[in-house]
Amino acid sequence: MSEHVLSSKLYYAIWILLLILTVVTALVATVDLGPFNTIVALAIASCKAVVVVLFFMHVKYTSERLTKMVIFSAIFFFLILIALSMSDYATRHLL
Amino acid sequence: MEQQKNSAALGMWLFLATEIMFFGGMFCAYLIYRVWYYNEFASGSRSLNLKVGTANTVVLICSSLTVALAVRAAQMGKRRLLVMLLSMTMLLGLVFLGVKGYEWYEKYEEHHIPGYGFNVSDIASDYPQLHIDPRHSMVFFSLYFAMTGMHAIHMIIGVGLFAWLTFLAWRGHYGPEYYTPIENAGLYWHFVDIVWIYLFPLLYLIDRKPL
Amino acid sequence: MATATVIPVEREHYLNKEYGIRSWLLTTDHKRIALLYLLSITFFFFIGGFFALLIRLELLTPAGDLVQADTYNKLFSMHGQVMVFFFLIPSIPAVLGNFLVPLMIGAKDLAFPRINLLSWYLYVIAGLLMLHAMITGGVDTGWTFYTPLSTAFSKTQVIEAGLSIFVAGFSSIFTGLNFVVTIHRMRAPGMTWSRMPLFIWAHYATSVIQLLGTPVLAITLVLVVLERAFHLCIFDSTCGGDPLLFQHLFWFYSHPAVYIMILPSMGVVTEIIACFSRKRIFGYSFIAFASIAIAVFGFLVWAHHMFVAGISIYSALVFSLLSYSVAVPSAIKVFNWTATMYKGSITYTTPMLYAFGFIGLFTMGGMTGLFLACLGIDVHVTDTYFVVAHFHYIMVGGAVMGYLGGMHFWWPKISGRMYPEAWGRLAALIVFIGFNLTFFPQFILGYLGMPRRYWQYPAEFQVLNVLSTAGSTILAVGYVLPMVYFLWSMRYGKVASDNPWGAAGLEWKTASPPTTFNFDETPVVTWEAYNYDEIPAPEEVAVER
Repeated sequence: MSEHVLSSKLYYAIWILLLILTVVTALVATVDLGPFNTIVALAIASCKAVVVVLFFMHVKYTSERLTKMVIFSAIFFFLILIALSMSDYATRHLL
Repeated sequence: MEQQKNSAALGMWLFLATEIMFFGGMFCAYLIYRVWYYNEFASGSRSLNLKVGTANTVVLICSSLTVALAVRAAQMGKRRLLVMLLSMTMLLGLVFLGVKGYEWYEKYEEHHIPGYGFNVSDIASDYPQLHIDPRHSMVFFSLYFAMTGMHAIHMIIGVGLFAWLTFLAWRGHYGPEYYTPIENAGLYWHFVDIVWIYLFPLLYLIDRKPL
Repeated sequence: MATATVIPVEREHYLNKEYGIRSWLLTTDHKRIALLYLLSITFFFFIGGFFALLIRLELLTPAGDLVQADTYNKLFSMHGQVMVFFFLIPSIPAVLGNFLVPLMIGAKDLAFPRINLLSWYLYVIAGLLMLHAMITGGVDTGWTFYTPLSTAFSKTQVIEAGLSIFVAGFSSIFTGLNFVVTIHRMRAPGMTWSRMPLFIWAHYATSVIQLLGTPVLAITLVLVVLERAFHLCIFDSTCGGDPLLFQHLFWFYSHPAVYIMILPSMGVVTEIIACFSRKRIFGYSFIAFASIAIAVFGFLVWAHHMFVAGISIYSALVFSLLSYSVAVPSAIKVFNWTATMYKGSITYTTPMLYAFGFIGLFTMGGMTGLFLACLGIDVHVTDTYFVVAHFHYIMVGGAVMGYLGGMHFWWPKISGRMYPEAWGRLAALIVFIGFNLTFFPQFILGYLGMPRRYWQYPAEFQVLNVLSTAGSTILAVGYVLPMVYFLWSMRYGKVASDNPWGAAGLEWKTASPPTTFNFDETPVVTWEAYNYDEIPAPEEVAVER
């Protein structure tokens, strides 16, 4: 994929970031934020995921547009599954 | 050959796309039932061991580090380092699986496995003011076992993959001119890590507010 | 009958390069794998067809007098499962696609030849599992596996059938993966995206659906198996599960699946129409983008299978609207094919007859699909024979016609022989007549109210049912004929030249049959697709007597 040899410092930095985010998400869950608990938890998880994809999976350093297309397509169709299913579940009680 | 390396990586990314859709079906089911049965999901989540789950998450993150460093070691032709890092990745994977097995065993002891003497009166007593319908708790635990089980199967496959790669790396198969399988196995492993990154908050952190 | 009596000194090609069962079972040559698939899917086609004949036999009389009701349930279930998963889904991609994709883009093989072989083995394993499930009791849930029948109440081999389809799904996924990588990475120099045959575009779109849709079926079947085996609670309403969740997840795949079945067929039809009109395809980019549009839109419409199942009326409205929109790209293709034929130089060869059949029957099937997309109509005709007729028009009148047309068109390339043209035309006619006699009465039956999957029916429906059964026997004859004369042609057929049809496309620049590695030198493409203005017409289209 990429011929870049990344510095090990970068990998360690990402690793520390992931560990910190893990601890943060566990701690934040113990605080009452009402409906924001879920949003914050998912946001932190998404940050972790993005960081793994960009750095550990080298997507930041690839010149391949196709790789990004593949990732976006999968996420897009997953969201379609969720969204259109929810269009049923979210409106069932309305009639 | 550059084209073959390129093709192999594209092939792995396409496979990961299929895996996103594969797990996606379960996440869809989870989403719907969590909205419907929030109380049972919250209480079921609370019955999971937060410290153990967090520790397991840390284990997987470390394994992602070791595999990323392993790819780097291959790129730099450091065979010994590569073998060590691949073995560590495999070991951390086994630790994760062992811990998961222990968690499942705990669930068995607590009678939280659907279909096997399922009884959630202990959970219900945590939430005396809410109505916990044990049947709906069964939905939570069904999804818990299905999702963590599928994840574990993927990890077992990954561990097997790394065992094979470690062996080949030790035999000197990989170096700067050819390390594609390491890279692609790494992609797979990172993906399995990402699935857990989402599973952890969705299963363990639904409601951890002090009671 | 005069036959080709000259047996030339055989040059080496992919069929005679190596002999012996090992050279076939361990091959990585995409052409040999295509033939392995041809054998296996033909086998399952006849199994599925056998179940169909039993169904039609039972329906000759209003009473349930041939088989028990439970057996009837198994017949239509297994007919559906075998035909969908073991014939229609693999058919064109795994046979014609495998054979032609590398040839058409100027490649030596697919990107991952060993994964290609693995795909076939997965298919075979899945097939054996399904056969075993059939012999040890069958499945009676319908090919749709609706819960809670499949998870809780059915006493049949649901788990084994579910696992079988799970494995078949991975066969499909790997084929799609192979095609996408091959098309992106292995096109010959000069073969830009806009110079690719539209057959390739069609297979690309199909592969995208296979990759993104099939995994959802896979996980759904896993959940059904887990629920059935371990008494989990996911789709079981007695413990709070939602049977409709199963249907959402199932149809999320199974609707795009029908586009997996039709898109390759459309690709075949495009090639055939261009060749036998001797014209450039009208609206190349429209057809190319329509293929992609069908693939994408196909993922947005699944709940039109659930209009009366209990989904909210608001989501039904959304899905109905989206379902209307998905017809547009298909219609665009029909218009473009028609425009291609206008002022073309038409020859009525067997492939062209199948292509004509496709256009007419697919249009009828597609149009009746629009009727079904209309909520008001659907309420009345859903779960009746109207739906059965609709999807058979698309899948048999559409997909199978395309498959047969393609098999005839590329038979010279695959086997090095011409099939007997007169017999080919006769069989095409028999198929067309048999098909319409079988399925047109079913539109009427459904409209009049005969439910599907019923083993008995009111006496007033008998005449139409008898017509339908009569048609099915004629159709069966039409299907057996090509098998016979294709086999015959391998020994006695006229030896084919490199390009007996005078067709455009890189595959016709190779020998018939091609050598193992397809091209002696990598071709360099400097011409546009369908350059029929530059290609001389063949002196005669082989009419074999």
